Amino acid sequence: MELLRFATAGSVDDGKSTLIGRLLYDSKQVFEDQLEAVEASSLARGDEYTNLALLTDGLRAEREQGITIDVAYRYFATPRRKFIIADTPGHTQHTRNMVTGCSTADLVVLLVDARVGPTEQTRRHATVASLLGIRHLVCCINKMDLVDWDRARFEAIRREFDDFATGLAVTDITCIPISALRGDNIVERSSEMKWYDGPALLRHLEEVHISSDRNLVDLRFPVQRVVRPIAANELRDFRGYAGQMASGVLQVGDEVVVLPSGFSSAVEAIETAAGPIEEAYPPMSVLVRLKDELDVSRGDMLCRPHNQPSVGQDISAMVCWMSEVALRPGAKLSLKHTTRWVRALVKDIQYRLDVNTLHRDREAPELSLNDIGRIDLRTTLPLFYDEYRSNRSTGSFVLVDDATNATVAAGMILRPSN
Amino acid sequence: MTTYRLSHLDSLEAEAIYIIREVVAEFEAPALLFSGGKDSAVLLHLAVKACWPQRLPFPLVHVDTGHNFPEVISYRDSQVERLKLRLVVGSVQEDIDRGSIVEHPTPGATRNRLQTFTLLRVLEEGGYDAVFGGGRRDEEKARAKERIFSLRDEFGQWNPRAQRPELWNVYNTRHRSGEHFRVFPLSNWTELDIWQYVEQESVPLPEIYFAHRRPVFRRSGMLLALGPFTQPREGHSEEEVFEASVRYRTVGDMTCTAAVESAAVTPIEIITETALSRVSERGATRTDDRFSEAAMEDRKREGYF
Ligand SMILES: Nc1nc2c(ncn2[C@@H]2O[C@H](COP(=O)(O)OP(=O)(O)O)[C@@H](O)[C@H]2O)c(=O)[nH]1
Repeated sequence: MELLRFATAGSVDDGKSTLIGRLLYDSKQVFEDQLEAVEASSLARGDEYTNLALLTDGLRAEREQGITIDVAYRYFATPRRKFIIADTPGHTQHTRNMVTGCSTADLVVLLVDARVGPTEQTRRHATVASLLGIRHLVCCINKMDLVDWDRARFEAIRREFDDFATGLAVTDITCIPISALRGDNIVERSSEMKWYDGPALLRHLEEVHISSDRNLVDLRFPVQRVVRPIAANELRDFRGYAGQMASGVLQVGDEVVVLPSGFSSAVEAIETAAGPIEEAYPPMSVLVRLKDELDVSRGDMLCRPHNQPSVGQDISAMVCWMSEVALRPGAKLSLKHTTRWVRALVKDIQYRLDVNTLHRDREAPELSLNDIGRIDLRTTLPLFYDEYRSNRSTGSFVLVDDATNATVAAGMILRPSN
Repeated sequence: MTTYRLSHLDSLEAEAIYIIREVVAEFEAPALLFSGGKDSAVLLHLAVKACWPQRLPFPLVHVDTGHNFPEVISYRDSQVERLKLRLVVGSVQEDIDRGSIVEHPTPGATRNRLQTFTLLRVLEEGGYDAVFGGGRRDEEKARAKERIFSLRDEFGQWNPRAQRPELWNVYNTRHRSGEHFRVFPLSNWTELDIWQYVEQESVPLPEIYFAHRRPVFRRSGMLLALGPFTQPREGHSEEEVFEASVRYRTVGDMTCTAAVESAAVTPIEIITETALSRVSERGATRTDDRFSEAAMEDRKREGYF
């Protein structure tokens, strides 16, 4: 069974919680006692129906305010796939939650209220998904029951959304007319909308082709740990490099180059606790042994002699700023990229992106909380990186404030800066 | 032609191993909280795989409530022996004897809340800066938003409002001295995944996870084992003792962990029962979580697992 990770987004009241509640409920992930608790809470709140949205409302403060304010993860499975949902809250000021949810997602489900059509919020979410390298977008046009299941309404919204989305990097866009409340086109095809000939949402999620999204071309293996058991005598010469395959395929016998040293060797063995294997691919966690004894440490990277990442200290990147204290040129921060920590100086803010209009404000003096913009960085040590679009693992980084240790930005590398 | 696809279990395993290795690489003094339950058994199995061929470079920490099932204690000791592990035990009874904590006067009262003190004491004494736990986000609503790397302040407390955003698999491990992380490599696993993995990897578990006959009685719709801490109350004729084939879905404090009737004696049979089950794990078997929907959240803030 394959794993599909998706994020959900929408404006408040578009019906996201209801939709997720329904997916969990209809796929039998909701247990009787949870349902009883929800029925009791619904009653207490004076809801006239069992509020499935309550199934997904997490922490107490949020329950009290009646809004979701942090990314929450949900799980369900069908016989065909296991799903992990990153449920991202809809408030305007929570772009950072959307970024967080998308960072581990293969696909994004966007909700649109059929009575309202795409809003500024919809555009913002689609833009963020696109920036985060999401390839599959599903636009669920919800509350179709409130527009009399009207086909023309659906088509108009779809056209409007498609027009906007041509400006994005997302290649696969699917629009589905649904009623989360009544369950139409969620698990079963709707009997109210016979005119719709596409799949129900769940069917689409089960079938969407994601395995070709992975980069199996560019071998990148960031070394997490050097493993040298000392105690076990028979293993005295064992020297393995532990790590998770970031991209590409690695086979026993392959020629590899170690960065930053530039020395080359060949793969002697690929080992796991369950025994040696012949080849490794993402997202496997393995131990690699090389034929030659080289000086390799955490943060180094294995790649192919004729397919190497960029190596450099001057980098241009899109960042989503996540701190209350604004970012200004001259800031010095810590940066974690793959398994490597370095320090970074923010040399310049190139522009701030208006996520509603895609306008680039080149005069922006700073990036504040939830802003997205392009910056130029200089790092204390070289990074081994790829463009985020072609490699999410070696193209991403986080920035950390040294005073508070808080994670203050998500970064997506564009290219070297000058 | 190979498709280069991993099954969902292998993907979850790869993710967990990556997380464990990040901790070993970036922290000075990790430890693994081991309750003897199935989640911590799977966690230990993954930790051993992640560190292989090295022996586990960190100790297991067990908080012994004094109300543990004897089967769980002997299982713990056999794992320590088999894998040549270091074991650190924090005894709730000792803290009670020392007067550091006061037990609820009702005989057989649950010690679930008390263990927080002992846990924090042991963590502080050990100077651990990263503590692995077997928590899963599907267990409970408050967990659904917890990070994989979850920061605890000097008092061991969790602040759900001040969580750091967690992006991709780039984990920010920075912390001040005195603070520590709880790390949850099983965050993305469900109960079903755990059982499927136990089956796939033949992970050893305490035998009380599998169906066995024992004397039990019913209280508030739950099946409790007849034991030193749990006996029918006088004047409660409905708490009649009978023998049944039961198993445990979690193995907590004997005073508050209930059994479910079952005939499942293998992981496969448990998987079948679990897949059909309509009562969530905690709801079925933890009397302590029934008090309030927010009970778990409150205990977590205080520094509970
Ligand atoms: N008529 C109708 N109402 C819906 C539908 N989906 C959601 N709602 C209602 O819209 C309101 C907001 O839904 P909720 O799921 O809480 O929205 P969220 O803020 O996006 O999570 C609730 O009153 C829902 O019952 C739908 O398909 N049809």
